[in-house]
Amino acid sequence: MSKVSSKKNPDAPIKPKNGFSRRGFIRGVGISSGALGSGLLQSTATAAPAGTAGPGAVPVTLKINGKPLNLTIEPRVTLVDALRNYLDHTGAKKVCDRATCGACTVIMDGRVVYSCTVLAIDAQGKDIQTIEGLAANGKLHPVSAAFVNHDAQQCGYCTPGFVMAAKGFLDKHRNPTLEDVETGLGGNLCRCGTYVGVRKAVLEAAKEMRGGRNA
Amino acid sequence: MPDYSWPPMEKRKMIGKATKRLDGPMKSTGRAKYATDLNQKDLLHAALLTSPHAHARVVSVDTSAAEKIPGVTAVRVLSGPGTEIQWQGTEIAAVAATTEEVAIDATTKIKVQYEILPHLVKEEDLAKAGPRAKAAGEQTKGDPDKAFQEAEATIDGYYGIPVITHCCLEPHGQSIEWKGDHVNFWPSTQNVSGIGGDLSQNLKVPATNIHVTMQYVGGGFGSKFGADRWGVECAQLSKASGGRPVKLFLDRATELMIGGNRPSAYAKVKVAGMKDGTITGWQSESWATGGFGGGGSPPLPYVFDVPNQRKNHTAVSINAGGQRAWRAPNHQQACYLTCTAIEDFAAQIKMDPLEVFDKNAGLTQRADVYRAQLAKGAELIDWKKKWHQRGDSGSGNIKRGLGLAVHTWGGGGHNSQCRTNIHPDGTVELELCSQDLGTGTRTIITQVAAETLGLPMGAITLKIGDSSLPPSGPSGGSTTVGGVSSSTRKSTVNALEKLFEAVAPSLGSPADQLEAVDGRIQVKGNSAKSLTWKAACQKLGVNKISEMGANDQRNPGGLNSSGVGGVQMADVSVDIETGIVRMNKMVAVQDMGLVINPKTAESQIHGACIMGICAALMEERIMDEQTGRMLNAEMEFNKLAGIGDIGEIVAHLDITPEHDKRGVIGLGEPPAISTITAIANAVANAIGVRVTNVPLTPNRVLEALEKRSA
Repeated sequence: MSKVSSKKNPDAPIKPKNGFSRRGFIRGVGISSGALGSGLLQSTATAAPAGTAGPGAVPVTLKINGKPLNLTIEPRVTLVDALRNYLDHTGAKKVCDRATCGACTVIMDGRVVYSCTVLAIDAQGKDIQTIEGLAANGKLHPVSAAFVNHDAQQCGYCTPGFVMAAKGFLDKHRNPTLEDVETGLGGNLCRCGTYVGVRKAVLEAAKEMRGGRNA
Repeated sequence: MPDYSWPPMEKRKMIGKATKRLDGPMKSTGRAKYATDLNQKDLLHAALLTSPHAHARVVSVDTSAAEKIPGVTAVRVLSGPGTEIQWQGTEIAAVAATTEEVAIDATTKIKVQYEILPHLVKEEDLAKAGPRAKAAGEQTKGDPDKAFQEAEATIDGYYGIPVITHCCLEPHGQSIEWKGDHVNFWPSTQNVSGIGGDLSQNLKVPATNIHVTMQYVGGGFGSKFGADRWGVECAQLSKASGGRPVKLFLDRATELMIGGNRPSAYAKVKVAGMKDGTITGWQSESWATGGFGGGGSPPLPYVFDVPNQRKNHTAVSINAGGQRAWRAPNHQQACYLTCTAIEDFAAQIKMDPLEVFDKNAGLTQRADVYRAQLAKGAELIDWKKKWHQRGDSGSGNIKRGLGLAVHTWGGGGHNSQCRTNIHPDGTVELELCSQDLGTGTRTIITQVAAETLGLPMGAITLKIGDSSLPPSGPSGGSTTVGGVSSSTRKSTVNALEKLFEAVAPSLGSPADQLEAVDGRIQVKGNSAKSLTWKAACQKLGVNKISEMGANDQRNPGGLNSSGVGGVQMADVSVDIETGIVRMNKMVAVQDMGLVINPKTAESQIHGACIMGICAALMEERIMDEQTGRMLNAEMEFNKLAGIGDIGEIVAHLDITPEHDKRGVIGLGEPPAISTITAIANAVANAIGVRVTNVPLTPNRVLEALEKRSA
């Protein structure tokens, strides 16, 4: 299967995406996981705790938005299911459940991850940020505010994932170009077609966050 | 009768103002609770077992092992022995359990024996459809034979547009609590007012005992109107589990197999015309499938009522999940089969298609609108400068081209009732059982109320999404904005009249000489004789005002109407070595009557274009002829465009006094129609050869190029 390039210059040769696209990374895994430049999920894979747990339910502690939360779940429960079904943190959405769409995006130890593809037990000891923690003081985070300003949402089901992906991206790329934004957020899909607003929103949020407000 | 008409354009303060969507902060902070997010107390989770076979007879179903699993509270067989399965994904059994993991496990322990039967899952090769193809009979108009004999130019083309799936990000499903004789129903739906009645009929529970609530829905696009079989079974599982609430949503694979799809359409088309671009004859042999029930009948030729026509359409029944209304049902297909053929005709006579479409605008119902839109679109995409003869796009491997298409839609307002309550403390509440699909319904209702009452939007509390509120129609056919804006206008005007009556004595003026402006009730044009809104409401004593307003679809009283046109143009680059098509720019020019919120209206157009880009370049349901299964029932190979795939998108809202006079007209559907075709035509213009079928995947582009060189 081929894909459409995101290059902007109409006269430039069209090459497959590379760089820091999570979507590109996930796609590539089946072919050759060694040759990839992204590495966004690599450390989580190698840092899995040793030993066995289960098959029955086991006690698990997850540090979510700075607070340790205890739950009892089977080891096979993914982070998105743990958040949604056991902790009532329903901002992250389960859509593709196969690391394609990004609706379940959370930030784990500073890295943007698909929570449908992380086991909750492997997320123990990590610092997990969910969208619920983003406006904890009741004030909109600059990314959320920019999504409202630029109408970067319609049905809104992909929005929490997009907001978290944008936040994680901007934490590491403080002064992105439009092309950077398109590549960096290439791992999130929207069905209503809100990308025009998302492009503007992420660039505005970058400006706001550089200004130091609530960053 | 009070004057309900919209305020004149120049006097509007809220209507027509680009306004941020009211529920934006709820959505962008993750606090918006969709049906999938509701975790009721004592909630049980349900899972479905579905048929892996496209055509089979169920021989036996053994649920005994599943029933013994700890945590399982109910098992129901939906397709018992003897049932003939007609598509993959058909519901066989359902399980409710204390956790989602246990429910899924239990479905894997259900033993089902099938007698596998022969299937048909692909329809493009009509010769293989045999008795599954049903011809509708020939339709003719004028004298097509004469038109083709006398034509100076003809084309003979083949075009195909496949089945695609709705792929709502929030899957179909619901939670239900059936306790005693009362049912609480939390669906993901486009139809909060009506879906309870649908469930009621299936459960034999009085409709009065079914309470439906839904505040947010994660996409519908025409696929979420009914209670569906999974709704009925979810209720039965709740009843069988002692009345505990049960949550049942389709998993992604099942969602894509049975949660709805857009019918395909294929056609052999002949067009006759003159060398000056006049089209005189149309002949088409078309076929389509909407699943086992057949379906899919595009109105051909689209928009252009060619004087001489001969048409034959065949519906094909296949063993695959059934169609549902798909954002402008039948129009995308009709647009594709028609506007590709017209573009090919233009290329045949070496004429600019912009001129050919313009030349034939007289064959449409709104010639002036289309001509103006063609000119506007051409200006915005720089058509005159950038267009070239088909294939004449220079040396080099990157070929650039332009294409266009036109569309039409109805969009009149549905039946809707609204209640406005004005309380003595000055608070205002609007109640109507509509739903906001993400189109901005909450925002536009509040804008209309604020406009009428002379209040800021923040002073108005809006209640929607609850079946105990006054009913509104389902959100389909682009009818919501017309319906709810009109009922809101009438209801708020009625309530305001009552307030005027209450305060008239205090202001020493007849009620009909008062107006509501900037948070005050005043004598018309005299702000010296006024009361603040709050002081005015205090005159109500202890009684609130509660006034209804209704939109009658058949008699909208000038507040809304239907019938719009639109033109879209695409600028693409195609790499002839890789076959990759890349979007440079889309231009969408759309007429839509009176525009209440240009900001959300623009978002609708952007979104529609992006959906069109998905369908033009990557989306299709791929069925396997051997196994009868859907090969891409997931989101990796059932592709949607990402943020880097869309290029620049320019939406031109055709806001003019003439369009405004027609009242409010729905916008959800029209701009979703012609994007696909405009892109396909641009690719043909770029590479010099027609890629007959969408999506325009690299392999199809390369195949078309290979045929040209051969």
